[in-house]
Amino acid sequence: MAMTAVWQTIDDERVVLDLQTAEEKLDGAEGEVVLDFSSVHRVDPSAIRALEKLVNTADKNAVKVALRNVNVDVYKVLKLVKLASRFSFVA
Amino acid sequence: MIASEVVEERVQIPLAAEVLSEERVAYLEGLINQARTAAAVFSQFSQEDVDRIVKPMVLAGLQQAQHLARLAVEETGIGIMEDKFLKNMVATEFVYNYIKNNRTVGIIREFPESNLVEMAEPIGVIFSLTPITNPTSTVLFKCIMAVKTRNAVIFSPHPKAWRCCAEAVRIMYEAALKHGAPEGVFTCLESHTLQDNAYLMQHKHVGLIDATGGPGAVKAAYSSGKPALGVGPGNTPVYLEKTANVNPAVVDIIISKTFDNGTICASEQTLVIDHEIYDSVLKKFADLGAHICNEKETRLLERTVIDPETGFMQPVAVGQKATDIARFVGLSVKPDTKLLIAQIKGVGREHPLSVEKLFPLLAVYRAKSTEEALKVCIDVNHAGGLGHTAVIFSRNDQIIRKFGEVINAGRIIVNSPGSVGALGGVYNDLVPTFSFGCGTGGGNSTTDNVNIYHYLNIKRVARRTQAHMWFRVPNQIYFNMNAVENLRNFPSRSTIIVTNPALEHMGHVDIVRRYIPEQTHVHVSVIPDAEPEVKVVMQGVEALNFYEADQIIALGGGSVIDAAKIMKLKYESPDADLEELAAPFLDLRKRVVRYPTEKVHRARLIAIPTTSGTGSEVTPFAVLTDKEHGRKVTLADYSLSPDVAIVDPQFVMSMPKGLTADTGIDCLTHALEAGVSSYASPYTDSNAMQAIRMVFKYLPVAYEHPDDAEARCMMHNAACIAAMAFSNASVGVNHALAHAFGARFGIAHGRANALMLPHVIAYNASVPSKFMPSPYTQGYVAHKKYATVADLLGLGGHTTDEKVKNLVTAIEQLLDRLGFPRSIADLGISREEFERAMPELTKLAFDDPSWRSNPRMPLMSELADLFWKAYQGRGPAKVDSMPQQQTA
Repeated sequence: MAMTAVWQTIDDERVVLDLQTAEEKLDGAEGEVVLDFSSVHRVDPSAIRALEKLVNTADKNAVKVALRNVNVDVYKVLKLVKLASRFSFVA
Repeated sequence: MIASEVVEERVQIPLAAEVLSEERVAYLEGLINQARTAAAVFSQFSQEDVDRIVKPMVLAGLQQAQHLARLAVEETGIGIMEDKFLKNMVATEFVYNYIKNNRTVGIIREFPESNLVEMAEPIGVIFSLTPITNPTSTVLFKCIMAVKTRNAVIFSPHPKAWRCCAEAVRIMYEAALKHGAPEGVFTCLESHTLQDNAYLMQHKHVGLIDATGGPGAVKAAYSSGKPALGVGPGNTPVYLEKTANVNPAVVDIIISKTFDNGTICASEQTLVIDHEIYDSVLKKFADLGAHICNEKETRLLERTVIDPETGFMQPVAVGQKATDIARFVGLSVKPDTKLLIAQIKGVGREHPLSVEKLFPLLAVYRAKSTEEALKVCIDVNHAGGLGHTAVIFSRNDQIIRKFGEVINAGRIIVNSPGSVGALGGVYNDLVPTFSFGCGTGGGNSTTDNVNIYHYLNIKRVARRTQAHMWFRVPNQIYFNMNAVENLRNFPSRSTIIVTNPALEHMGHVDIVRRYIPEQTHVHVSVIPDAEPEVKVVMQGVEALNFYEADQIIALGGGSVIDAAKIMKLKYESPDADLEELAAPFLDLRKRVVRYPTEKVHRARLIAIPTTSGTGSEVTPFAVLTDKEHGRKVTLADYSLSPDVAIVDPQFVMSMPKGLTADTGIDCLTHALEAGVSSYASPYTDSNAMQAIRMVFKYLPVAYEHPDDAEARCMMHNAACIAAMAFSNASVGVNHALAHAFGARFGIAHGRANALMLPHVIAYNASVPSKFMPSPYTQGYVAHKKYATVADLLGLGGHTTDEKVKNLVTAIEQLLDRLGFPRSIADLGISREEFERAMPELTKLAFDDPSWRSNPRMPLMSELADLFWKAYQGRGPAKVDSMPQQQTA
């Protein structure tokens, strides 16, 4: 059974920094990373790049990344840039 | 189009990936990725966010308009800086003026009367090719459109206009980024090749190609397999018609043809002048600075500015001044010459100057008549200008309209300059643009001035519209014993009584005559006792005309009343084409054929039924037999409904038992089918339910005790009430089957209905294999409505299933009591004969319009199955099991 190794809340004002922090925690992590997007209203290109980098690192470490409470607009952005399939989504 | 772009057309379009290096592919993928991310992020932006970005971009463009114009002229060597400055202003200020209040995010338009809402969906990544002729203005225009619509753009400028375009992109990008646009929203290809273009055009993440340029670029865009806006070359004909105001027309043409040295592809190319004003027009041109070439000079120009091999203009001449062109080819002109004018005698390869010339050289043609002028304009239009632009100067509206009809151009510019006029927003209210759609004539997908709406996917949210329904019946219905006395209330000068021989013999006509006001001239038209034929109807119409009738009394069964309805139709509207009026339709209100409303005569139609079943006295239907073609024609329109119905049971007291049963079951079938019809409404339901109740109560009595006046009266009323229901809700598959079977085997209509009825109820009460699309109903309710009928009749049952079964059983018992055969086989029709008839039966039934309102859409195989069930006959009622949620 997978264990939740990392739980990171992503702040709307510092999305990129929080994603970088989460990525740093991936080294040696096991199981699943949960990123709480509850407070994120919008993402910009730098956030997309940070997410892509994070999920690449997670893949290398065989860690699954779950995004929690992603709003519909952000979810659509992830679909448009073909990133959605690389995450799981939880409410 | 310009000549260098013509050359591009002849370059084979490469298959990109085969020739690109890995590094180049990585570079292009990086551009795509950046643009795709920007576009995705852009999707989150609100209208207010977008509008906050657009305005500063427009201001930046305006501030840099002169800088960009200068760059463009320096780099391309084409056109005039001052005019390019104006183009940049139009591309920013005029475009902004058009788009500033237009919504491009979320709901963009609402149509409350249609329950429709349009919503915007961005395209994503747009790959945009820009031309050499209008390089910076096109970039400004497209950047503003892209941000307004939340798209990202990768620009691929014409190689000879790369620096000025890259600068325009930079200016727009910086302004956009500063005010919140996503990073990477615009990028400009570095020095590039056709292979780069091909790679990007075919890229899966490019949503749209917007190619403004020569035919090569446009063709490549459309060949890429991607959605594309490819807008390209023109060859603008101009007609200067003799009623035109010559002075402003000449000035407008000079403005247009010399604007930016003629580089706008909407500029005038061949001017066709009516001979009456030809000389004065040329003199005016000369007075205003044009050089009118003599024949020798014209020949010289033909050889020099047009490529003799391709027939297209020489690239070197594009966007050059008239004096420079003259010097280049060796013409002697005044130093202030604005325009060269060459007189031509025709259009086509033999007349080289009749093609597009994006420089200040105008071909002119003397037309001897309007017709010749229009033909020459058509020739020019078809010599490379299809779908683009055409110009006319005239004060004759008819000629302007004719010009618009015969010329295939997305923009027909009237009494104004072609080039600036086509740009829109300056001389007219066309949408401001720098991309002219040329329609299919130009190999393009649109004839529009390309605008923000071409950069959007427009989604239409269509809410269910509550269908308007109706309940229409004659406005006067008199009923009960001796209701015929009401005829006294209808004054008439000349009345025709339409009836049949038997009724006349029985004295019914005399009863009717008794109540017609004395001063009325009455003529009796006796028709055969069968479904009316065209010939019979037309004889009746002759009588109506002869006696100038103002009233028709139809005394008889359904056939007589139907005949009278059609006689009235043909009498009032002699030109009515019965064949056309019988055309099939799906929805009465949307039918293709409309019944005549203009009438030669007016006659009141009073229907007095002598059977209790068809209900023709209130229905809008009439059946006509076409013996010549061996078929029946059904007419349906509320204008056929009688004006007055007199439902007097004294005329049915002597109906034979068999006829009583047949017509009574016809009435029951009408009510049951109207009750479950997809057109059923609370108005029709009330009539249907009441008629069913009355039939179950009084039909057996009327059948078994023909002298029972109450039963006869109630059945007569029931038939009329049921008819009011099905006049508005229509019938169903039972009638379709009965019509087919009755016609094929000569079985009375009521009897045919009876053979089908139990099977059809079981069929309609089952879960449909195919639901009938209908805006009038909510969900599938036929089985519930049958159950309601069972409740009304007190048949018992706890579940919907049980109630439907009980209804079927009750109907079977009623049919038995009325002495109906239990099966088609009982009629003496052999299985082999029936089997042979089956293909025809199913075809006839499927063609019958009756089932269009059936709650369940019948498949051909199901129609055959129903026929076979009727053949085998009824037994204990069988209803397919309904799923629990359906019966709950």
